Amino acid sequence: MASTVKSLKNQHHQFADPFYQLQVLQQPVKQGETFPAFAEQLLEHGLYPLQPTGTTILQVNVGKMCNQTCKHCHVDAGPDRKEIMTRETMQHCLAALDNSPQITTVDLTGGAPEMNPDFRWFVQEICKRGRQVIVRCNLTIILANKKYYNLPEFFKEHRVHIVSSLPYFQASRTDAQRGDGVFEKSIKALLMLNEAGYGQENSGLMLDLVYNPSGAFLPSGQKSLEAEFKRRLKNGYGIEFNNLFCITNLPISRYLDYLVNSGNYQNYMQKLVDAFNPAAANNVMCRNTLSVGWDGYLYDCDFNQMLELKVERDRPQHINQFNIKQLDDRNIVLNQHCYGCTAGAGSSCGGETVK
Amino acid sequence: MENSYYNPADLAKFGNVTEFQPEMGRKFFDYYGEVFKEGALTEREKALIALAVAHAVQCPYCIDAYSTDCLQKGADETQMMEAVHVAAAIKGGAALVHGVQMMNKVKELSM
Repeated sequence: MASTVKSLKNQHHQFADPFYQLQVLQQPVKQGETFPAFAEQLLEHGLYPLQPTGTTILQVNVGKMCNQTCKHCHVDAGPDRKEIMTRETMQHCLAALDNSPQITTVDLTGGAPEMNPDFRWFVQEICKRGRQVIVRCNLTIILANKKYYNLPEFFKEHRVHIVSSLPYFQASRTDAQRGDGVFEKSIKALLMLNEAGYGQENSGLMLDLVYNPSGAFLPSGQKSLEAEFKRRLKNGYGIEFNNLFCITNLPISRYLDYLVNSGNYQNYMQKLVDAFNPAAANNVMCRNTLSVGWDGYLYDCDFNQMLELKVERDRPQHINQFNIKQLDDRNIVLNQHCYGCTAGAGSSCGGETVK
Repeated sequence: MENSYYNPADLAKFGNVTEFQPEMGRKFFDYYGEVFKEGALTEREKALIALAVAHAVQCPYCIDAYSTDCLQKGADETQMMEAVHVAAAIKGGAALVHGVQMMNKVKELSM
């Protein structure tokens, strides 16, 4: 999908600057009033400092290049982003896996991870080590170029767990968020994945969808929405999938830009703060996941990665220094965007965190 | 008093009605919470009913709250507008059905 929309970075936009984003998140909203500090909320509920429960998932961002330029993207990914993980950094990731048997899953994200020239090699190497691979596939990449047409078969061969964004079961809201024509191509790609056995009963090939709101509102009712998605996609297109994950949009990067410029920022942040749920805070994904940036630096999550908030300073900072014992004994770096993961039923890369 | 009868910020203060009568307020909000839980109807269906009623009673707070709630629960724009049409049809129908009463009276008085 050729996209002419430039990333914030290549527009030299102020919201491309993580420091500016953090300033916006911390500035007073009216007459000197600020939202309560996230860390203070945790302190009040006996959860501060927030620490890992044990890392079992390594989430690796293999690059910011993408065939889409979605309006809400926290990575500010797009065709004009050239940051790509090298094979050398991937080898460090593999060495980290070799030394950390407790990591059972490697979650590959981007950008469109499939656009990294070493993507298939990396998946194969991870599989050789007996770890489950999750690929956050944007669906349209499968149809973007002939060289990607056989991705469903490649995924099947390696029993890759596919997690794909589909913000709505209709074109209007999907295209509004992800670009014109994305819905139609996503439907075609889902049919190709179904054809390969994904999302089919007893195939063991997992195809999960991600719903995140196309606007300044929170997701609600994952179970009920999953039933509605299943009904609409089955009846409308004959598509089947396994689970729907509801993910809250976090106020960073393009979504923060959207919130501020549409006049929704203050109300949205207020909603997140009001919906703070200690049970969700207890189950946040940064407690069992470590995030690796395209250049090998380590973060508590993909959102901290985009805000360039590396893991606690006196712990290993780079994948080439990976030491799970030292990393599991760290304090997680927090800021105001963390309210996005603790609102309502919670939000993570696996959807709601409070069942 | 405010210089406007309706202030959007007042919606967030709804819970404060317990300040003047805690027991009744609490009972109302417990009941309210129970009503909107998933039951024989889904939460989305209940949000759509609430949206329709909000228009029928012309409550700006409720329209604000349930437009958002319908979006959050995954209702689409067509469903939401159809719900408003249901309210409009019932409101319009309720006016029009009284036309029968008018006709009865006219016939009673006419030669």
